[in-house]
Amino acid sequence: MQRIGVFVCWCGSNIAGTVDVQAVSDALKNEPGVVFSTNYQYMCSQAGQDMIINAVKEHNLTGIVVCSCSPRMHEATFRRTAQAAGLNPYMVEIANIREQCSWVHKDIPTGTEKAIILGKAAVAKVNLNTPLTPGESPVTKRALVIGGGIAGIQTALDIADAGFPVDIVEKKPTIGGKMAQLDKTFPTLDCAACILTPKMVDVAQNDKIRIFSYSEVTDVKGFVGNFDVTIKKNARYVKEDICTGCGACVEKCPMKKVPNEFNLGMDNRSAIYIPFAQAVPKVATIDPNACNMLKNGKCGLCARVCAAGAIDYTQKDEYIEEKYGAIVVATGFNPISMDKFDEFAYNQSKDVITSLEFERLTNAAGPTAGKLLRPSDGKHPHTIVFVQCVGSRCDACAEKGKEYCSKICCMYTAKHAMLTRDKYPDTDVYVFYIDVRTPGKNFDEFYRRAVEEYGVHYVKGMVGKVVPEGDKLKVQASDLLENKQLHIDADLVVLAAAIEPDKSARPLATMLTASMDTNDFFTEAHPKLRPVESPTAGVFLSGACQGPKDIPETVSQAGAAASKVIGLLAKDKLTGNPCIAHSNELMCNGCSSCERVCPYGAITYEDKEFRMPDRTTLVRRIAVVNPAVCQGCGACTVACPSGAMDLHGFASGQIMAEVDAICK
Amino acid sequence: MNNKYLYEDLLRMSGVNPKKCMRCGKCSATCPAYDEMEYHPHQFVSMVENGDIEPLLNSDSLYKCLTCFACVDRCPRGVEPAKLVEAVRLAAVRKQGANHLKADSVPDMLDDETPQQLIVSAFRKYSK
Repeated sequence: MQRIGVFVCWCGSNIAGTVDVQAVSDALKNEPGVVFSTNYQYMCSQAGQDMIINAVKEHNLTGIVVCSCSPRMHEATFRRTAQAAGLNPYMVEIANIREQCSWVHKDIPTGTEKAIILGKAAVAKVNLNTPLTPGESPVTKRALVIGGGIAGIQTALDIADAGFPVDIVEKKPTIGGKMAQLDKTFPTLDCAACILTPKMVDVAQNDKIRIFSYSEVTDVKGFVGNFDVTIKKNARYVKEDICTGCGACVEKCPMKKVPNEFNLGMDNRSAIYIPFAQAVPKVATIDPNACNMLKNGKCGLCARVCAAGAIDYTQKDEYIEEKYGAIVVATGFNPISMDKFDEFAYNQSKDVITSLEFERLTNAAGPTAGKLLRPSDGKHPHTIVFVQCVGSRCDACAEKGKEYCSKICCMYTAKHAMLTRDKYPDTDVYVFYIDVRTPGKNFDEFYRRAVEEYGVHYVKGMVGKVVPEGDKLKVQASDLLENKQLHIDADLVVLAAAIEPDKSARPLATMLTASMDTNDFFTEAHPKLRPVESPTAGVFLSGACQGPKDIPETVSQAGAAASKVIGLLAKDKLTGNPCIAHSNELMCNGCSSCERVCPYGAITYEDKEFRMPDRTTLVRRIAVVNPAVCQGCGACTVACPSGAMDLHGFASGQIMAEVDAICK
Repeated sequence: MNNKYLYEDLLRMSGVNPKKCMRCGKCSATCPAYDEMEYHPHQFVSMVENGDIEPLLNSDSLYKCLTCFACVDRCPRGVEPAKLVEAVRLAAVRKQGANHLKADSVPDMLDDETPQQLIVSAFRKYSK
């Protein structure tokens, strides 16, 4: 028989506000096996933990029930407490009377009744608990960073700096991401290329970092410390190790009418291309959808002009398998499509553009060499209207747009407006805003400068519609403070489109079994205390894949993710989870049901000799669980028709005892 | 709030929750009848929310709304101001003895393009 101690936490008023904690500890005192029961304001505090340790010693406790917050919050804490008191850490059970009780109930009688029931269930389970010892698994000392934007670059550099090898997988032909497309960066207005390209070169020259560009992750198996990842290197039809990036092929290529995605389709590139001058790796790539040689077998000009002999029209996609200890997701963002926002005439007029297109229009390396010219007729625009919150902060039920604030638009619009007024004082610049949100170091000062020093017209209100008429854009908008409807003849309209996670994020999350929110942003393990870790062990988050972020925030998060990875890779062995499956060989009939449902490939079969009562020998096929691979998900225990599979720490008998205690 | 019952009636009739409004003014920005109105679409939403409904009931603005639903289509918060305007209009119409369309005034409004149907439905809607 166990000697169980029950410890009911008030969690300040979080639990005690809706649960009569004294009644709970009194009620549980009479449960079978319970020899001690008490309650305290903060069980997780040092004083609370000391209370547990003393009670274990004083009452010779063999099991502990803590009625407190979710086990995801403090199970590890109380297991350490048990260990400090000389108990096996797996003799602790948590009854979640906060998230699943006090926070969801309003009146004390209901909350108290439920807390007592949850406590009884935990007591029933501890009565059947057995001490468990976790196994150990090795750590592959190499990290994978998925995405080569500023988030991925910074994470990779920081991990490599600690001496661990890192691979970056980037689906575009070059690393650099969105930041490489920007002109200047707020609030200091340093040029994006000037601060990003040296980092890209650092990545290329770092002997700890490998770049898989034009590649994608197609499969992930394994678990923390031991991921097996398949990377697909798309055929670029150019031998990466031979190409010098001289650009002779790009010049000679006759297919020059391919929309240039780096400039968001505002100019054209050739079928063989290098995205931009500072690309890393600086290697040409053939676009198979545009190249005449690949499509029809006619041309071959690039192969003829390539002095290095790097062109290879027969190149095939290549699959690489590599082991990693940790995976960092840095898949970034994209502006949303403007197709559903007909009122702004984005698809009707070339002079209605998104802010990212505006970045390219003002970038010295962009389609207009940095001169602000209208895309339709190449004329200098005099009246420019910026529209904020296009698709951001929409109602959850609305058919278009996103519910969240995209966070970066207020600041980049202030930057665009300010730079335009600085360079072209003859322009009239209007910014239509709902709120101007500038929480960041030197951010509000920056916005006020745009208004006060540069004379940007900030108007509180939204633009209702934009109608192209002749060479003008008729903008109809609200000025809420004046209570007027404004009519502006604009030359250029710039839409601050909401941002959304990259489309590759969702399938990647499935591969990684990492959780996402309804907007496809990756979920962090704890929104405040574990912001760069995914709830899936060994998977870390960097940059805008976790939520909208500006560059300073992305870089900080990238560094934080790297430090978490370094902490993991610095370990030689990882302590596993002892709550794993095991098969009872006497009951197993080798039917393979468990093997089919196991998502980790942890189950194999072996033929084992059994000695029969009549002294003959029988060979039977039985299931064997690999403890290093099993994650304790329990799928096999459900699938097993003979009841041979069971889970340590969550045995069927324990679960049934809990159910009985609840239903009693 | 002065007009608690009327306020709740309007919300029930329109299905609109004015608290969802984030004061962006896109409804008024998009309204083709803006210049005709004393109270503009965004004001309808905030005035109803504040229980300031009497001025709306007595304002000509009620009958200036074309029910074109541009504001309904474009409102990013799904507030649907035109439905609220329609509800206030109904509340006004339902007041006993309040005739908003008198037979004598119809001939002045007519032109060759006005369909019969419009006159009939206008009588049904605006007179008691």
